[in-house]
Parts: sequence; structure tokens; C-alpha cells
Amino acid sequence: MVLGRTGHRQAPVEPVTLKILVAGGFGVGKTTLVGAVSEIRPLRTEELLSEAGRPVDDLQGVERKVTTTVAMDFGRITLREDLVLYLFGTPGQDRFWFLWDELAQGALGAVVLADTRRLEDCFAAVDYFERRGIPFMMAVNCFEGATRYPADMVRQALDLDEEVPVVLCDARKRESAKNVLISLVEHAMTRVSETREPAAT
Amino acid sequence: MSDDGSANPHWYDDDAGPVVRPYAMTRGRTAGAARHRLDLIALVVPEPHADDAEADQTLSPEHVDIIELCQEAPQSVAELASSLDLPLGVVRVLIGDLVEDELVHVTRPVPPAELPDESILRDVITGLRAL
Repeated sequence: MVLGRTGHRQAPVEPVTLKILVAGGFGVGKTTLVGAVSEIRPLRTEELLSEAGRPVDDLQGVERKVTTTVAMDFGRITLREDLVLYLFGTPGQDRFWFLWDELAQGALGAVVLADTRRLEDCFAAVDYFERRGIPFMMAVNCFEGATRYPADMVRQALDLDEEVPVVLCDARKRESAKNVLISLVEHAMTRVSETREPAAT
Repeated sequence: MSDDGSANPHWYDDDAGPVVRPYAMTRGRTAGAARHRLDLIALVVPEPHADDAEADQTLSPEHVDIIELCQEAPQSVAELASSLDLPLGVVRVLIGDLVEDELVHVTRPVPPAELPDESILRDVITGLRAL
């Protein structure tokens, strides 16, 4: 096991890593979407939290500290040897907002996945990304048996800005999930070029 | 106000948590030596002289596991936590130790509050289309 490993090791390539968040209500298909495009079966990482739900290490009262586990599922897409994209499903529960802050830091953008039968479940996520100026888009997961609404109706119902892309998708299908990600990155790109250009009047 | 302990219900069996508390592996430390918090997608890259980590008596088996996993290919903090089945906080402390010992270094992803470069985004789109 130890032998033969040293032979071809020069300085390994250090890829640039990027991340995209997949947010939305519980059971809306976040992990399904991640799994549809990921080259690995979605992995799960866990973080232990004290009941207070804050990442503060207060040693007082440790005996009464109850820990909760928050799970985040993620996948990986190696776009090139030197370019790797990670997709993170955000934890569903609202009380873990501070974890979102960490996830959102440096993220390229976010996909908010919605189910038209429970559109209100994604309000919090939309609000979060709007407030922080993180490029995001809406992907409406078309569940079987759910009434299909045109993208524009969803946009109106959520009162989204015009430039926020809204697409219908099937989170189980690779092509569909891929197109969602492409629209998001294209959207992020227009945002970047807007901020680079000084506001010409 | 109650002395009979009713405010602290006793835990039995699984309710009491794992037999080895996760932070025992970090000797109780919940924050690492690294000055900044390691990003989930920061990659851990072993230094060339980390080859005989296994012989290093100061390292725990978990430290050695991290080095060995990364020797195959650099791994992100999130992937390491998942492969080792350890909470993120624990893995961060362990990686911090290895950085301190100069056995690994960690790549820094895009600085916070900055969007990636336009050319990188274009590469991402090209890459996604080619999938």
C-alpha cells in the first residue's frame, strides 16, 4: 500500500474550486438536483451545534449543552483538471441561517428550488439572497401531478426582479439540472459585468 | 431552583450520544490554529515531505487519514469530513494542526464578498455544456 505511490508525484494540480448553493424548502428536491449532475453520489457532511444554535464556544454550562446535527448534502463536478464546482444543498431549517452565511461566502450563486404547491417554502431563501446581493435564480421543480404554471406566474407570485431567471425543471434529469446551472452561471456573469462597468448614464 | 436534578433530565443509551465524543479527537479543542476559518471548498494539499506521516508519533490516526486521502488527490474540507465521517468542526481543527505542522497547505477559494472572475465563469459554462 505504501509502495509505488511516490513515483509520479510532482506538484499536484491545485484546482480552482467554486460553489453553487441549492436552496429551497424541505423535500423540494435539493439533493435530487445535486445528485442529477454530480459525478459522485451526493455526500453528506455534518456539523454539530449546541442547542443555542450559535457557533460560539462557551464553556460555561457545557453540561447542559444539547447538540444538534445539521446535515448538508453536496456533490462535485470536475469541469476541468483545474476547475472543480461543488454544489451544496442548504440545510432546510430556518434556524440554521448562520450556516447559510458560511455557505454563501464566496459562492458563485444560488439556485432556489420551488414546488408550486408550496411556493411559500422558498420565500425565506429568496429573501436571503436578495438581501445579500447574491446572484440567484428560481428553478421550479415540476412534480408529477402538480399543476404547471408558466414561469411568469411564478415570477409574479414571488415578486421577483425582472433579471432573476425563472425556469421550469425536472430535478431528477441530468440535462434539466445542467441547464438550470448554466442559466445561473450566465446570470452571475451578467451581474459581474454590470458591476465592473461604471454606471454609464 | 430544584435540587433533585429534574432540570437536567438524565440521558440513557443513544440519547447520551456517541461513546467517544467527537471533540475527544481534537483533545477538546473546538477552534484550530488556523487564523481564518477553513472554507468548505478549500482544498487540502499535502506537502511533499508529508510522505512518512504514518511514522510521525505526534499525529493521531485521523491526522494520518487526512494526509493519505489528500495524497491521492487534493480534497476539499467538506469531502474530508464526509469521507472520515466526522463533523466539520472536528475536521477543521485537525486540518489546522496539519497546517501548523506544515504537513499540508490549504488553497484559498475566492475571497469572501467577491465574485469570481468573468473568464472563470465563462469556463464554468463551457464545462457545464460539455458534461
